[in-house]
Amino acid sequence: MGDVLVKVPVSEQDPKVRATNFEEVCLGYNKEEAMEEASRCLNCKNAQCIKGCPVSIQIPDFIAAVKDGDIEKAYEVISESSALPAVCGRVCPQESQCEGKCIRGIKGEAVSIGKLERFTADWARENGIKPQGASEKNGHKVAVIGSGPAGLTCAGDLAKLGYDVTIFEALHEAGGVLVYGIPEFRLPKSKVVAAEVENVKSLGVKIETNVIIGRSVTIDELMEKEGFEAVFIGSGAGLPRFMGIPGEQAKGVFSANEFLTRNNLMKAFKEGYDTPIARGKKVVVVGGGNVAMDAARTALRLGAEVHIVYRRSEAELPARVEEVHHAKEEGVIFDLLQNPTEILVDENGCVKGVRVIKMELGEPDESGRRRPVEIPGSEYEIEADTVIMSLGTSPNPLISSTTRGLDVNKRGCIICEDDGTTSKEAVYAGGDAVTGAATVILAMGAGKAAAKGIHEYFQNK
Amino acid sequence: MYPIVKKEKLADKIFLMDVKAPRVADNCLPGQFIIAKIDEVGERIPLTICDYDREAGTITIVFQTVGASTERMSHLAVGDAFMDFVGPLGQPSELCVEENLEETKKKKIVFIAGGVGTAPIYPQVKWLKEHGVETTVIMGSRTKDLLFYVDEMREVATQLCVTTDDGSYGFHGMGTNQLQALVDEGQEFNWCVAIGPMIMMKFVCKLTKELGIPTIVSMNPIMVDGTGMCGACRLVVGDQVKFACVDGPEFDGHLVDFDQAMSRQQQYKTEEGRAMLALQEGDTHHGGCGHCGGDK
Repeated sequence: MGDVLVKVPVSEQDPKVRATNFEEVCLGYNKEEAMEEASRCLNCKNAQCIKGCPVSIQIPDFIAAVKDGDIEKAYEVISESSALPAVCGRVCPQESQCEGKCIRGIKGEAVSIGKLERFTADWARENGIKPQGASEKNGHKVAVIGSGPAGLTCAGDLAKLGYDVTIFEALHEAGGVLVYGIPEFRLPKSKVVAAEVENVKSLGVKIETNVIIGRSVTIDELMEKEGFEAVFIGSGAGLPRFMGIPGEQAKGVFSANEFLTRNNLMKAFKEGYDTPIARGKKVVVVGGGNVAMDAARTALRLGAEVHIVYRRSEAELPARVEEVHHAKEEGVIFDLLQNPTEILVDENGCVKGVRVIKMELGEPDESGRRRPVEIPGSEYEIEADTVIMSLGTSPNPLISSTTRGLDVNKRGCIICEDDGTTSKEAVYAGGDAVTGAATVILAMGAGKAAAKGIHEYFQNK
Repeated sequence: MYPIVKKEKLADKIFLMDVKAPRVADNCLPGQFIIAKIDEVGERIPLTICDYDREAGTITIVFQTVGASTERMSHLAVGDAFMDFVGPLGQPSELCVEENLEETKKKKIVFIAGGVGTAPIYPQVKWLKEHGVETTVIMGSRTKDLLFYVDEMREVATQLCVTTDDGSYGFHGMGTNQLQALVDEGQEFNWCVAIGPMIMMKFVCKLTKELGIPTIVSMNPIMVDGTGMCGACRLVVGDQVKFACVDGPEFDGHLVDFDQAMSRQQQYKTEEGRAMLALQEGDTHHGGCGHCGGDK
């Protein structure tokens, strides 16, 4: 028995080895390790961890089952609340959610809830255990727009309640950001994502790919011509933002969305796939979120020296602690408190470097983080052949502009209540389309709330 | 799957296909595009819609083999199918929207098509004829053997001028020369639509700016998803960054920064060239292309 104040360590691929491959970084617990970690849980009566979970998994109950070695039961408990546990166990920012609230964490380290969730979900998949679907259909047809975390969760919850659900996906593969955004080494596509999508399908959910709502068919047409009585919009974030600095249209400047989509969805890193990707020698990634870490670690694996340029300090990095830690271990260089002012371009229109200015932290701004302020005269140049902009996204106007009576806010995000209700009757929304770019689990929480909202709508109808 | 129900070779390296895609055929309009993906390993290839048959549920695409993926596509036959085919994407042509018809009828429109650009021009001219709008069409190519759709276009255009750079058919010269000639004859135009290679659109815009004719161009930059997510297709139009997939593909040609667009289009040229050579030469490719250093 180890020290009860410390997490049971989880095995990972060696940083030097994994920096050259796209295999998963974290290898997860085995059953003995999971049971030992589970025994660290205090099984609090007034469990704070549940309050930290956007989908309210009954965390102490599932951990108690793991402790007893009854993994099937643990999976049952998780499945009541989450459609994508193998995904969440890998990509949730646990330190600011469940684990951030863990009482064990007050003195010592929090229980490794994420790793236990991952173990449980992986064990269930490996042992062919599926979530339980509805025994009876209620005959109501619901359309879900987008097959990302919000859409899959909403669809799964509605199917469990007996609804006839069809998901419409614009891309050629289901999963949304889970397939185009998050890299293979953090979230294996065929092993984990495809398997969880299959689980949602096994609940009776239909998925139609290559349908772009607003173009192939509109929401009004789905409701008026195809018999859908309610719609959930989980269409995700939209177009990438750029800085508006000179040189941004040069060859060699990409959005993180483009770089990651080429690599993850189109599998440009794999031999035999047709889609090209720029394998830079020296890459600058601008931004400090999870997407920036994903882009940086992908560029590194494609053979580049990679710098992350972020305008605040390490404490303000919005990325998960684990991603920052992994990126550093693998050799990503962090140029913190610096901000690009210009992308330098050679005579052929290609990137040759980035001019950056050093920053210092001033007073806190509206986000509560200390505002970065330029230090005059501190500009210098970083040599680079590739720049990846990872600055967030602005909403895609396609659905809002083609749906009668659907209100959006100043920024173009769909306006909705906590239960997903929008300005249009029987149309609900959630996830990045509402909040702007956020996390997988927040989108799942919104999908879950909307499923509840849609169910109440039908009951009161 | 999206089966190919018709295939024709229109000219050297230029192919036509009718593809069954009912959801696309139901809602598409001239000016929009689709994205096709051959199979699991294929690229997402954006192509402008050239015609559609709502009853048959088919979309006509025309493409020229320019890289490894279009080369591979040209080997597909009737009975084969695309794994993925999504659309319609982008905004419809402003001219071909019922609400704008009264305005459109007042216009004296000239279309200038270059090379494979003839294909996306065709449905617009056809739509306008069906709605009682007169058009002049100038369609040009390098040489006679690369011309296609001449008879089809004659059916729908009020006035058709065909040009070849080498004089092997029709007017000897380029589309811009033909337009200048028509204007010199005293013909009046107050609207121009130019679709073709970027370099051709650039020169058409240079001329129409001098002539004071507002000009719409259809841009075909590099794209990945084509749905408004990746930002690869960004262009500078009148000092603003626009995305061809959601804001376009048609833009005010007098505001487009063509030099930058052409430069950005070369982004993956080395990689594409390498893939193309590897595909053509297979195992016989052992370097010498100047790009790959022999590593295929």
